[in-house]
Amino acid sequence: MTDLAAPGPADRPERRRVAGVTPADGPARVSAYVCEAVSCLSAQSHEVLTGLGAEVAQRGLTDVEIKRVGCLGLCAAGPLVRIPETGQLFRHVSPDDLGALVETLATARPDGQHEAEEPFFSRQMRIATENSGVVDPESLDDYLAMGGYEALRKALTTMQPNEVRGEMKASGLRGRGGAGYPTGLKWSTVAKSIGSPKYVICNADEGDPGAFMDRSVLESDPHRVIEGMAIAAYAIGAASGYVYCRAEYPLAVTRLKKAIRDATRGGYLGASVMETEFSFEVDVRLGAGAFVCGEETALIASIEGGRGTPTPRPPYPAVSGLWDRPTLINNVETYANVAPIIRNGGEWFAGIGSATSNGTKVFALAGRVVNTGLVEVPMGTTLREIVFDMGGGIVDGREFKAVQTGGPAGGCIPAQFLDMPVDFESLMGVGSFMGSGGMIVMDDTSCMVNVAKYFMDFCREESCGKCVPCRVGTTQLYILLDRITTGAATMEDLAQMERLAGMVQRTSLCGLGQGAPNPIFSTLRYFRDEYLAHIVDRTCPAGVCTIEPLPVPA
Amino acid sequence: MTATVYTLRINGQDVAGAEGQSILSVAAENGIRIPTMCHLDGLTDIGSCRLCVVETAGSNKLTPACTTMVSEGLDVTTDSEQLVEYRRMLVEMLFLERNHICAVCVANNHCELQNKAEELEVDHFELPVIEPLVGIDASHPFFAIDHNRCIMCVRCVRVCGEIEGAHTWGVMGSGIDERVVTDMGTPWGDSTTCTSCGKCVQVCPTGALFEKGRSIAEGSKARRPFLPYLHVLGQDSGQA
Amino acid sequence: MAVARAKPTAPSDDKRWKIVETRMRRLGNRPDALIEALHSAQEAFGYIDDGALRYVSETLSVPPSTVFGVATFYHHFTLKPQGEHTCVVCTGTACHINGAGEILTAIKAAMALKPRETTPDGKLSLLTARCLGVCSLAPAAIVDGVVEGRVVADEFVTRLEML
Repeated sequence: MTDLAAPGPADRPERRRVAGVTPADGPARVSAYVCEAVSCLSAQSHEVLTGLGAEVAQRGLTDVEIKRVGCLGLCAAGPLVRIPETGQLFRHVSPDDLGALVETLATARPDGQHEAEEPFFSRQMRIATENSGVVDPESLDDYLAMGGYEALRKALTTMQPNEVRGEMKASGLRGRGGAGYPTGLKWSTVAKSIGSPKYVICNADEGDPGAFMDRSVLESDPHRVIEGMAIAAYAIGAASGYVYCRAEYPLAVTRLKKAIRDATRGGYLGASVMETEFSFEVDVRLGAGAFVCGEETALIASIEGGRGTPTPRPPYPAVSGLWDRPTLINNVETYANVAPIIRNGGEWFAGIGSATSNGTKVFALAGRVVNTGLVEVPMGTTLREIVFDMGGGIVDGREFKAVQTGGPAGGCIPAQFLDMPVDFESLMGVGSFMGSGGMIVMDDTSCMVNVAKYFMDFCREESCGKCVPCRVGTTQLYILLDRITTGAATMEDLAQMERLAGMVQRTSLCGLGQGAPNPIFSTLRYFRDEYLAHIVDRTCPAGVCTIEPLPVPA
Repeated sequence: MTATVYTLRINGQDVAGAEGQSILSVAAENGIRIPTMCHLDGLTDIGSCRLCVVETAGSNKLTPACTTMVSEGLDVTTDSEQLVEYRRMLVEMLFLERNHICAVCVANNHCELQNKAEELEVDHFELPVIEPLVGIDASHPFFAIDHNRCIMCVRCVRVCGEIEGAHTWGVMGSGIDERVVTDMGTPWGDSTTCTSCGKCVQVCPTGALFEKGRSIAEGSKARRPFLPYLHVLGQDSGQA
Repeated sequence: MAVARAKPTAPSDDKRWKIVETRMRRLGNRPDALIEALHSAQEAFGYIDDGALRYVSETLSVPPSTVFGVATFYHHFTLKPQGEHTCVVCTGTACHINGAGEILTAIKAAMALKPRETTPDGKLSLLTARCLGVCSLAPAAIVDGVVEGRVVADEFVTRLEML
């Protein structure tokens, strides 16, 4: 079933096999962790790694370790290098200017005292991303050293499948892909469904523009995801699984495939996992640039080799999914939480977060905020804390206007709600949606009508075309929004748009069409004046939309 | 196989349905008419036109009657004002999507789309026509397709795949740009898989697929003595 | 009973067909290998031509209309030969509000090139992607497989013109 015997041209990682420097004898006095996730890599962090290795060798510093790690989170300031022994973080490190860093490495005498961390880091509680920026994502040994696969061992050797499911239920973990469906309940449904073989699928098709949490976890800690899938497979009675990963994430795919190969060789995957009777195989399937394939049934259609068009639910995949068999589909971040829950117990997880939303959530902070990157915080943390305390506020000191959450099905949340706790229910209460965790911060240079049009353009392009309301409705809604942003609309058009948006939301076949009108509803709710300015006054308050003046009769 | 029977309500009427029976089927048995378009008896239901969506008590989601199976105690409403309003808008969407010019169409007065508009009292459009540039393929010796009249119900794709087994018809592209297509986007007349059975023409609800040699308003398919019972569940075939 | 068929032959002697053939074989030559097979063909040749579609259709026993339907559904696949160089401009939300639109406008003005098009001299193909996942580097683009962040419109256009 697996196709991992030998890497093909796309699988072969670029020359990164030699990564870092390990002291020859004994533990290192001090280490430099260099981020090699895609953002830092594109700013030459690999050259930083090799450069450091060379300089350290040249100066004869044999008690220094230079290590490749995954995402350190503060992507805006990359390439990033962290010295864990002192807590120092070096930003914007250039391979041509390593002097200060090497000096620090040469002279540091860590005494357990840590530099005070800035709020971006200190306010985080890392569970799903606890290994990101700590382990070498291409080393199974490193993962094992951090307690990797211990949760799987615990489950396989000391727990029955229904006990594993019990812990997931007790944890209160809800799906981290957006819908927030109770994970324990989903696992139980699949376990109880009749049909064989059963499948475990990881949805790594992170399509929300502006969201990169899943990419980060896959690039930084792929074994964690595999371990989560294996535990799930044991709990529901499956022996094979797939990771469906979007083609736009080649590094994630490469690291994932390597992790699967290494885990299989190490006996953590394959037949007789860790010498028990449990067997589990995982294969990777590539997406091909279709946002709609993030929807469960479309994803299944894609793995089956077809066009990614959704099918009506019920039946739900848990009952009848991949090749009509009971199938568990969970998001990357959801799986990343499984091992800690099994290790520490469901009750521990339930004690974190808010009443209805347990645990933590990884958010991708992007847009007009100073500290763009990834943060993991307990559910219930306020927007203000995330955007201002941790995010450092708006770039250039401009004024906060809104934060967009939930991707194309989400909504824009204005300043009046900055003190609201971020959790599933609260976000829905203000007309938005958790989504996968993307948080785009907007300031007064963003036009909210333009934002609504942007998302409708996205939905129109990504509509699979199967159902009438989404296929034609998103095009018609786009035309209306375009008229508004070019000063060609009337109040009647606005009324038509609201009417049509309601129909599309209620009659569409899947979440793409159902969610497509949401940015319109959300921006109309809080920024109606901007719409009226475009229509009645024919101006764009944010100065974004180009509105031609009306021709004046001679 | 258990023959479980459920009792449920449709529009206040108590009805019975068997395990695995759709709401649409049970409704039809009881004389309750729900407008449909992509549905055709004998073909797998795909729930794509959304015309048959119904309300069920206890949920604010609308579900298609053709793909939703009955269950015990279901309380269905098929004809609320809101549903009728949505159906009108869906029919309007279809008319605006391509270039439907009934006056010069072979299926004028024999068209299921026209029948739907009449039934739902759609007499004008609120929104603009999209006017895509789409073509005609008349390369086949007996049949032709005019994409300007196609509503993407994909009955042709389903009948060609599920009943004839030729799989000549497929769908290419995505979203508003999708089209039905023969083989690899090659002319129908060059098809290496088509058996010329004509089933696709028989099932097409509009004048998109038609038999050559028929003129405006004559109807897109010939009346054939060996197909006297061609009819669709609760709908007329569009023939005179 | 399946009809016996001659083993499908690759469209040409080009060694790259072996890669595609191997990929399909490793997945059991089953219909569900279709997307992986198309990926393989595109990686090997830069695009998917009629020969590739036919070869995949015959090897996996998938009807031509299905193969064509899948190849044209996914935005990643292209049926047209690409230029010598490829540029992907990210049009994700963070990039959008940080000026991705200006970059595309600048490219269009300077080189008369729109997304999904190739310059007449075949040197450069322009594509867009809805989010490359490097939002901290907004606006971002990929040139010949290398990610470039914090792109400035006019500098970027000059860079592309020099390729």
